[in-house]
Amino acid sequence: MNPFSTRAPRSLRGVIWMAAAVVAAAGGLAAASLLPEGNPLHASVFVVSLAGKYLSYAMLALAVDLVWGFAGILTLGHAAFFALGGYAMGMYLMREIGARGVYGNASLPDFMIFLSWKSLPWYWWGSEHFAWAAVLVVAVPGLLASVFGWLAFRSRVSGVYLSIITQALTYALMLAFFQNGLGFGGNNGLTDFKDILGADLHAPLTRAVLLVATGVLLATSLLAARFVVGSRFGSLLVAVRDAESRTRFLGYRPEQAKLLVWVFSAMIAGLGGALYVTQVGIINPGEFAPANSIESVIWVAVGGRGTLCGAVLGAILVNLGKTLFTAWLPEFWLYGLGLLFICTTLFLPNGLMGLWRHVRKPPPEEVTPEVADTQGDEA
Amino acid sequence: MTDDLLLDMRDVSVTFDGFRAINNLSLALRPGEMRAIVGPNGAGKTTMMDIITGKTRPDTGTVRFQGRDLTRLDEPAIARLGIGRKFQKPTVFEALSVTENLLLSLKGVRAPFAVLMARRSAGERERIDRLLHLTRLEAVADQPAGGMSHGQKQWLEIGMLMGQEPELLLVDEPVAGMTDAETMATADLLREINRTRSVVVVEHDMDFVRALGVDVTVLHEGSVLAEGTLDAVSADPRVIEVYLGR
Repeated sequence: MNPFSTRAPRSLRGVIWMAAAVVAAAGGLAAASLLPEGNPLHASVFVVSLAGKYLSYAMLALAVDLVWGFAGILTLGHAAFFALGGYAMGMYLMREIGARGVYGNASLPDFMIFLSWKSLPWYWWGSEHFAWAAVLVVAVPGLLASVFGWLAFRSRVSGVYLSIITQALTYALMLAFFQNGLGFGGNNGLTDFKDILGADLHAPLTRAVLLVATGVLLATSLLAARFVVGSRFGSLLVAVRDAESRTRFLGYRPEQAKLLVWVFSAMIAGLGGALYVTQVGIINPGEFAPANSIESVIWVAVGGRGTLCGAVLGAILVNLGKTLFTAWLPEFWLYGLGLLFICTTLFLPNGLMGLWRHVRKPPPEEVTPEVADTQGDEA
Repeated sequence: MTDDLLLDMRDVSVTFDGFRAINNLSLALRPGEMRAIVGPNGAGKTTMMDIITGKTRPDTGTVRFQGRDLTRLDEPAIARLGIGRKFQKPTVFEALSVTENLLLSLKGVRAPFAVLMARRSAGERERIDRLLHLTRLEAVADQPAGGMSHGQKQWLEIGMLMGQEPELLLVDEPVAGMTDAETMATADLLREINRTRSVVVVEHDMDFVRALGVDVTVLHEGSVLAEGTLDAVSADPRVIEVYLGR
């Protein structure tokens, strides 16, 4: 109701609803995919992996919203953390192939044999263990984010300059990962995965379990993000976003607050990337492309910045739109996306969540004060 | 004698692009004192505040607070030592409620992890209630600060300053844009605050300075021109020339 109000977007009830809806949808779709093929409710493998992809992207959007919506850091390089998480999981999946590769080597992935490498580079050590991969999935993006954030925030780089260096970061990583010598499969990336934890990646049951796992982890991340923004630290982030220098005179170090949420956000993005790879079946340097990061910002803008739920909603709806649109008119998708972004900025500054709040809560002059108050408490 | 002083600035100079904003400035404040700083535009009042709070580093000179050298510390460290600052333009966190603004200001947890895990304690609730009462913002406690009137924002910022429980408050033009009644109420509030804390007030409004009834330091071109009671300072020919002459 009040233009400055931030209570509704941080609503705990809304987040719990969204988390429950995500888990229910993932569970329902997974169950439907296990029905026999003749059943009218049967969901194809294609639909299941598509849904898994959307939910993974939703985690990236959630990560972007945490830093952009609440700390005011417009990141244009978050897909880098997503891709790094993806590569960490991809390394494990490569090792699971074992001797079933084209060259039949039990310890070296095919692309290394192709490069005539005799042994695994040191950073591939331990990659045959799922537990180690699970650590790397969050640790590698977290570590890169710590170093990058520490340098950037300490030097008080902010605004458009920070956006540009995040873009440079992901671009530099893309160029690096294209190099064969880096040891991540170069141009082709990591693919041809067979198993995860001994289960066939192409089996409907494995795919169903992966979709449910993605839904559960997205819901958990959503609740964890809500815990962060709903805490006193969340108030501090908003304070830093709106009047950074003022927080210094209260004795806070805004660079530390930004670093903490930045690293947390990078970890969520990394987790999303790992889940993405298991379901899409490939990770290559293209995932680092600057356009991917920019697209993730658009998902958040469309859903509603600074609302958490909006990020999830935006990522799912825009990607659904992309799937449908590219099937009908593939060459026009980018124009459509651009138009969507322009329309959102012009007509829906608070995204779909803002529209939803507007529909639920009529303008103040139409309601009596008591009614307005109760609604304010609920929302 | 130095150790008896709360704030001791000596021979401080700072130059911006060749312009001497502060020129051999010395200023001493006893514990519990309230001091008004007056001076024409460009006299260096705000720069002086910037130096004390760590926003600007002096080229030469020393600044000591309770015997500690402030010139080596940054803004958060100085704030944590017990120096609070109120800006000329009220800067409150508009998207947060009045209560959330006060909660962030309360002396206590500052490290990010501790802030993340902090839960509002009974003691904090009580402190916030007292601040809401002091600043007369009880009725709007849960409303966003962005929707407040100008005067309410000024008071909220004063409440936030009090929440920090500083030894020394630096207050920059607190009554700019206020009505006469609000101005006098603010003077009362500052006198009330001064019963437990030291205060430095920068202000143009002479009626307000008179209402405070404290010693006055006149700044001119980055140095102290005169110091003493308002009557003594007003009678000083050099002060009259700076304000009225030329």
